[in-house]
Amino acid sequence: MTAYRPRAIVIGASAGALEALTVILPSLPSDFRAPIIIVVHIPSDKRSVLAELFRAKCRIQVIDVEDKEPLKPATAYFAPPDYHLLVEDTETLGLTYEEPVLFSRPSIDVLFESAADVYGSDVTAILLTGANQDGAKGLVAVAEAGGQVIVQDPETAFAAAMPEAGLRLCPNAEVLSLDGICAYLRRIG
Amino acid sequence: MDAPVIETFEKVEDIEIRLLLEALYVRYHYDFRNYAMGSVKRRLRQACEQMGFATISALQEKILHDETMLPRLLGYLTVQVSEMFRDPSYFRAIREKVVPHLKTYSSLKIWIAGCSCGEEVYSLAILFREEGLEDRTIFYATDINQDALQAAEAGVYNLDRVQLFTENHRKSGGRSSLSDYYKAGYGRVSFDRSLRERVVFSDHSLVTDAVFGEMQLISCRNVMIYFDRTLQDRAVGLFKDSLARKGFLGIGAKENLRFSAHADGFKEFVREEKIYQRVGL
Repeated sequence: MTAYRPRAIVIGASAGALEALTVILPSLPSDFRAPIIIVVHIPSDKRSVLAELFRAKCRIQVIDVEDKEPLKPATAYFAPPDYHLLVEDTETLGLTYEEPVLFSRPSIDVLFESAADVYGSDVTAILLTGANQDGAKGLVAVAEAGGQVIVQDPETAFAAAMPEAGLRLCPNAEVLSLDGICAYLRRIG
Repeated sequence: MDAPVIETFEKVEDIEIRLLLEALYVRYHYDFRNYAMGSVKRRLRQACEQMGFATISALQEKILHDETMLPRLLGYLTVQVSEMFRDPSYFRAIREKVVPHLKTYSSLKIWIAGCSCGEEVYSLAILFREEGLEDRTIFYATDINQDALQAAEAGVYNLDRVQLFTENHRKSGGRSSLSDYYKAGYGRVSFDRSLRERVVFSDHSLVTDAVFGEMQLISCRNVMIYFDRTLQDRAVGLFKDSLARKGFLGIGAKENLRFSAHADGFKEFVREEKIYQRVGL
């Protein structure tokens, strides 16, 4: 059996995102193969410091997305505040300013659904800590397209509501601790 | 005998979308064929769900035979979300960095491309009045959506948005009070008629229409994000050809000309606010 090698990783996180991503992203090697596309809920009037913050800690590249950003390996892409982030095609990210979804812009559902459309079974979606329901529907879309879905163990999450909502809609998702997620990524990347 | 299975990599929904966009173009001359697919797909799914169609093909049948459905579908396909003085720092940069240049001209043409419901038109009209430029300026406010253009011309907005508009205006370096420019009543505010005396509202498509004047400033923010790369190149090319020597182009905070085929025609003027200046004329 050939090992599962997704063409991209999509990650969604809300409350507690910073701590969770601080475990995951710096653990990735500089030759990590797949692009990692990330939506974190941040207040719309804030300038995002996420990319700046992680750039110093990571061996992979870290980028604040602008419209039509080309996708490259070994790179983490952060959605800017107040825009939805979508995968346009296998090589390009796009932004839109459509209405918030579940009060969120960027929306994890929007990212995950677009990734499922573009990559089909070749994407892994990871839903982390958070205090709302965003991302659950997106997980279902990825799972239905044949991609792998992972939910942070709610027991270990800073805020359990989001991973719990994910598991309710997508009960077959793999449940992993942050260390488990790191190990998974090193295995597939 | 089994029917032959035709091997195809295109999903049925993708075929349906391609056909619907083709139908819209042939039947009504609205060209969304080079819009960014991810967002078109989302909005067509939304349209089907909310208009009660099981498939995009079913929507297509209706839209081909019943032209009264068109405005509703256009409402889904064109995103009308904006606010006055959105990204106040952009307007502050226009005020502090661009206006001094504009003051050296005796007459000005300003194009707000994709003006949606007019929030940016009124923002610029107010800014130009505050800066003493209004009398020498003609604003061209264009969009493909007739309903949006009518709303823009009316200049009426819900009262609950005004607090945000006011705050944005203040942050943009506004020299007056926003309340000087509107009258409130019945949960709405209506912007002063005099603000649109210098504005020409017009139906214009960045996809299919051409240059119509020589501009000193073009503001087109968060419009091209709905286009694919090919169409973005067309639009930026159109802006390049529409700008006077050393004219200015402002785009959205998360847009960038560095991915454009026409990047050479512009230099960064205020980099962090995505204001560019035409070079090489």
